[in-house]
Amino acid sequence: MLEVRDLVAGYGLTRVLEGVSLEVGAGEVVAVLGSNGAGKTTLNMVISGLVAARGGEVRFAGDRITGLAPAQVMARGLIQVPEGRKIFPNLNVRENLELGSYRRAKANRARNLEKVFATFPRLRERVAQPAGTLSGGEQQMLAIGRGMMAEPLLLILDEPSLGLSPLLVEEMFALIRRLHADGLAIMLVEQNVAQSLDIAGRAYVLEHGRFALAGRAAEVRENPELKRAYLGL
Amino acid sequence: MNSFPPEIVLEAVANGLLTGAVYGLVALGLTLVYGVLHIINFAHGALLTLAMYAAWVAWAAFGLDPYVAIIPLVPIFFAAGYAVQRLVIGPASRGDDQNILLVTLGLSIVLENAMLAIFRSDTLSVQVDYAMEVVEAPLFFSAPMLLSFPRLVGFGVAFLVAGVLFVLLTMTDTGRAIRAVAKERTGAALSGIDVAHIYAVTFGIGTACLAVAACLLLPSFYVNPRVGNAFVLVAFTIVVMGGMGSVPGALLGGLVIGVVESLSGLYLGDSLGQLGIFVIFILVLLFRPTGLFGARA
Repeated sequence: MLEVRDLVAGYGLTRVLEGVSLEVGAGEVVAVLGSNGAGKTTLNMVISGLVAARGGEVRFAGDRITGLAPAQVMARGLIQVPEGRKIFPNLNVRENLELGSYRRAKANRARNLEKVFATFPRLRERVAQPAGTLSGGEQQMLAIGRGMMAEPLLLILDEPSLGLSPLLVEEMFALIRRLHADGLAIMLVEQNVAQSLDIAGRAYVLEHGRFALAGRAAEVRENPELKRAYLGL
Repeated sequence: MNSFPPEIVLEAVANGLLTGAVYGLVALGLTLVYGVLHIINFAHGALLTLAMYAAWVAWAAFGLDPYVAIIPLVPIFFAAGYAVQRLVIGPASRGDDQNILLVTLGLSIVLENAMLAIFRSDTLSVQVDYAMEVVEAPLFFSAPMLLSFPRLVGFGVAFLVAGVLFVLLTMTDTGRAIRAVAKERTGAALSGIDVAHIYAVTFGIGTACLAVAACLLLPSFYVNPRVGNAFVLVAFTIVVMGGMGSVPGALLGGLVIGVVESLSGLYLGDSLGQLGIFVIFILVLLFRPTGLFGARA
């Protein structure tokens, strides 16, 4: 479904990605792991069209999407829930969710809104509240809900557990499991290694802009290289 | 200081409110562009002048009443503003705020000199029979107040425009996208919002506000190549006072500034009327630098 081939990208004189290749198949959960600064968020930004690729290509559902504008990428069903949530703090919860279907699945807006509220009853309680006043966990729910409003074919989740309490982290991973059970393909970009490997089928470990490890989640977990890639030993 | 009978003071306040609403309309365009694009649009004054010339030409060449000219000029100026942002300011700035500042400044110089070349520096005005008309507003304790008819129309239309803008920004997808882009560009782009398009729409709306303001001003005001700057200087004060980027702040700030100008004109004499505006400006900067409706820093 998603194919990334030899992707090179960076900012100014800094090269962040030095030839990265990965694949996410239909209905798969793929974890992309890596410590801070490994290039995880840059990878997402290039896939979504917010940062230009300097080499290589990204294909989605068979078509080359490298160089497309972010709006065109998401219009094809490749939806990213970004790191730091990036919700609209000055808009209320309902407005945030409705803008999720600004370009895609607009006709099903009412139905999908009900679906999101069924998944996140907390959001229904706060429907008229400005999103900036929500707690961190609620903001993360809102960001995912906004992504769901566009009926994603592939959902990229960038650090969904970042800054959440351990209890909410559990809840978040349970949710990802549920989305996967519904047949959604998910690329989970995380620092939280253990829990990500628990739910992912396959995993990639990013280190200094390259994949140091790739394979089935169970194998990656047992690989001594994992610790080295993480701790830089 | 002179003391005036209450009905004179009341009349000055009322006329100040009426003028202030049109000031607010000019400020509305400026604050909207600032709030969303995060740029100070130095071309705002020149665009207002351009709109006033357009309204004058509509009257002089086509016999169109300035109030009627609002109908064709709003879409024309919206399209012009959209094109300027999309084709000139956006590409030339490459996302750098300092460049945008210079581009809008350059644009204002080009526009002003083009108008100087075409219309010369003479002062032009339209002759409409209602320009000097007054409306009597009854007061229970004295003779009725006299209110200028063009200013009354200006007040009504300015509030109508503000109302339309409010509905647009809160009820439509485009309006919500404008508010979303104002605070969270990345999140907006990832939600499928074309940020460059929304920037241009916002600039177009700001320019369309100027077209309305120009048509409201023209029956009682003259036009020359620099006239817009006088209003935009006041509008900058209003924008800072109302809170940079705040739409209700712009309108309320406009009303306050209108009253201040009118009262300081009454007490200090017409030539010092604008003094009060800048005293208020300095006081706001000293005591409430984020403005009446601005977010706390």
